[in-house]
Amino acid sequence: MKASVIVFPGSNCDRDAAVALEAAMGQAPTMVWHGDSELPKSDLILLPGGFSYGDYLRSGAMAAHSPVMREVVRRAKAGTPVLGICNGFQVLTEAGLLPGVLMRNATLRFICKDVLLKVERNDTRFTSAYELGEVVRFPVAHKDGSYFADEDTLDRLEGENRVAFRYCEASGAVSEAANPNGSRRNIAGIYNETGTVLGMMPHPERLIDPALSGTDGKKMFASLVETLH
Amino acid sequence: MSGAAKAVRAAEGLSEELVAEHGISPDEYAQLLKELGREPTLTELGVFSVMWSEHCSYKSSRVWLKKLPTSGPQVIQGPGENAGVVDLGDGQAAVFKMESHNHPSYIEPYQGAATGVGGIMRDVFTMGARPVANMNALRFGAPDHPKTRHLVAGVVSGIGDYGNCMGVPTIGGETNFDPRYNDNILVNAMTVGLVDADRIFTSAAKGVGLPVVYVGSKTGRDGIHGATMASAEFDDASEEKRPTVQVGDPFTEKLLLEACLELMAEDAIVGIQDMGAAGLTSSSVEMADKGGVGIDLDLDRVPCREEAMTAYEMLLSESQERMLMVLKPGAEPIAERIFKKWELDFAVIGETTDTGHFVVRHKGVVEADIPLPALAHAAPLYERPWVKRETLPVIAPEDVKAPKSILGALERLMGSAHLASRRWIFEQYDHMVMADTVQRPGGDAGVVRVHGTQKGLAISCDVTPRYCAADPYEGAKQAVAECWRNITATGAQPLAITDCMNFGNPERPEIMGEFVGAIEGMVEACTVLDFPVVSGNVSLYNETNGVAIPPTPAIGGVGLIADIADMADPALKNDGDMLLLLGGGPGHLGQSIYMQVMEDRLAGAPPPVDLAAEKSTGDLVRGLIKAGAVSAVHDVSDGGVLVAVAEMALAGDRGVMLETPPPDMPAHACWFGEDQARYVVAIAPENADAIHKAAAVGEVPVRVLGTVGGDVIALPGERPLPIATLRAAHEDWLPRFMAHG
Repeated sequence: MKASVIVFPGSNCDRDAAVALEAAMGQAPTMVWHGDSELPKSDLILLPGGFSYGDYLRSGAMAAHSPVMREVVRRAKAGTPVLGICNGFQVLTEAGLLPGVLMRNATLRFICKDVLLKVERNDTRFTSAYELGEVVRFPVAHKDGSYFADEDTLDRLEGENRVAFRYCEASGAVSEAANPNGSRRNIAGIYNETGTVLGMMPHPERLIDPALSGTDGKKMFASLVETLH
Repeated sequence: MSGAAKAVRAAEGLSEELVAEHGISPDEYAQLLKELGREPTLTELGVFSVMWSEHCSYKSSRVWLKKLPTSGPQVIQGPGENAGVVDLGDGQAAVFKMESHNHPSYIEPYQGAATGVGGIMRDVFTMGARPVANMNALRFGAPDHPKTRHLVAGVVSGIGDYGNCMGVPTIGGETNFDPRYNDNILVNAMTVGLVDADRIFTSAAKGVGLPVVYVGSKTGRDGIHGATMASAEFDDASEEKRPTVQVGDPFTEKLLLEACLELMAEDAIVGIQDMGAAGLTSSSVEMADKGGVGIDLDLDRVPCREEAMTAYEMLLSESQERMLMVLKPGAEPIAERIFKKWELDFAVIGETTDTGHFVVRHKGVVEADIPLPALAHAAPLYERPWVKRETLPVIAPEDVKAPKSILGALERLMGSAHLASRRWIFEQYDHMVMADTVQRPGGDAGVVRVHGTQKGLAISCDVTPRYCAADPYEGAKQAVAECWRNITATGAQPLAITDCMNFGNPERPEIMGEFVGAIEGMVEACTVLDFPVVSGNVSLYNETNGVAIPPTPAIGGVGLIADIADMADPALKNDGDMLLLLGGGPGHLGQSIYMQVMEDRLAGAPPPVDLAAEKSTGDLVRGLIKAGAVSAVHDVSDGGVLVAVAEMALAGDRGVMLETPPPDMPAHACWFGEDQARYVVAIAPENADAIHKAAAVGEVPVRVLGTVGGDVIALPGERPLPIATLRAAHEDWLPRFMAHG
């Protein structure tokens, strides 16, 4: 399996993503500079977290117009799996690969903590190693993480089974109390129509090692290796 | 800014008022004339004013700072560079420093705090290190002061936005509320970086005819005279100084970090210095002085953000995210390529010379021509008069009222402003980015893994201002000891410290006496604990209308854990474990949190620190952790033993059945006394004998406190305190305060 991690000016979870991918794949991914218009052949493209272009204008808005993004969009439309984490999710919505937008958190403050997520699908390349409905613990770290789309879009996402994860309680109950940022319908991550593009605010790459007090993120990378090798 | 603009227009004939406005005393001006051998130009006056300011010259503190121990086999670089460096073995080193941004943060909390964080990170990556952890030590006024909430919100948000965007985890710190900081808050930020020990960069510009290169952001009119502002006390008009506060751009700094590290991997740099306080002036003077050369600058080539900037403004601007480098001959193209890739300004603005002078040209005019020693070494040096503080009497435990219920008092203490959870603060900081944070905020020290290894760096910031206010000498000793203890409690070997010396106006003998007392306490503690000072910062004039802050020598320490598999933390993990108190004392309640919360007063002497006991107890604890003999460890500090136990219970979400304490002291002194050199440890009961024996060797007292288990804290004869109730009290205070007050 070959993976590429796109590095934008201001990306800061690129190394963390590369470490997680290398641990799962046994080889390092290619780090691709945003200014490159060429993208190596990749079984997975990962857009990492961070503050591309300092979140100026809108989170992810400038990065979505980087030279390399034209090729990312082309590959995504041709079926190459794309994973956008945190700022990567914001870039995917700005690039039009996923619907909706990530707005300022309801508290108006940055929030960094572990949250619980309910796995809404396990029939995708990203989540096959999880149980359906499994409750997993991932960290969030964002100021603009409140997922917003109009009611029709939200209904369509749910109707097409495109919600990947929802913020939940330990019991799996999807409640307002479990929602860290005011996301509509507790949505933490969504897929495109074909289930090959996943955008999510929580950080699976941050919990892949018992020393970091959790390993729930590991299964996502294991799923990718299993289904893409 | 208006002052600066007016000054430029004033041009010839420098009036006494103008000299005074530049913070230069008549005596200092006489010395300036002697050094220069003529009248200065206005630009030169500006240069002298910043280089001779307290902030840049340490003129009041230098004679005392020299007394601090700064060496040891673990020290690679002591004070004098951008940051200190300690050896981590295996060719790796940690680079760290703490710095204050007090005055700007009071005037404009968001930008003041943000640029403080930006500045300290630049100090660390200037030396070639990648920043891996941030900490901060914050002091605010009383919660009921009308400005406190606004200041907390702005400072925390500023620190968070800057560090979060940089992608450097903020893994801990400390926050105090005290009315004595009402008009002078303290914002002290610390950064720790990692570097290969043979790839450390310094600022010396050794060699003549070498290109002097400016990189980073463009120069604007922000922050002009920031260093001078930080060298004067506040009055009622201080908030008009807002234009002298710099504006931060963490995105540019992130680019600057990556570009600098990329260039540092090449063989291109002779010396590098960040443009911090006093910007272009201070950085070029320091580089030339350390390199033993002269320097010529052509200001026409400086990238400017605003039009028609004068030489005076360019030299004194404190625009952020800028660096000055001296390159090897012919290295300009590779440097330019890297900085252009990162979309940063790059300009050759001068060269090193053999003249020994600091020469500045602008629009064909020589704006300054000053012999470098006049700026670097001839800066005034004061042995300010000082008076020793009278020591306060020790207050007997019997003279502090006992509570109706010990557990009721515990609940009150844990829910007070002083001990309440700081979660509202640290959750606004990304503390997990870089995926090496192995101990998150809320414990004794933050711990980050040395990337790609099993080694860990334990980092802690400490000082107890109420102790320092009562006795600067004992208080400073305690600050060093508590930092050493917090690092020890993770299992780390403490290596070295950085300091941030926050005090009032040193021209007042009683304030200078506080400074001297604190230095003497630090000297003693650092020496006995083998915990040398490798970097630091002095912030004086933290006072308003003649009322000073409590003396606040903040200590930031770094320690090394050989293998993070052996790391300890405070969370109780196993029902049935025994809780032991290691270390003894008389139950000292003077200056305690108990006295402050329950009696609404702070009186008497602070707890004395027995450094020999500190060392033997700490060495015992570290040995027990390494041997795997303890399942949880917590240092005993604010609030005493019972607060330490409660924090361990909350961290592990487990209850504790306490035993009735021995009758040799009042119960409240036993549970809430703040005697030093103590730790609470949890152990498997079968290890008890071995631990008693090990403690006996170092003559460390051991007391059995109770047993882990259940979901309450129970004490014979009292109604049990549910962990859930305790947690609510502990967690609710700060969010509620920030929401409503």
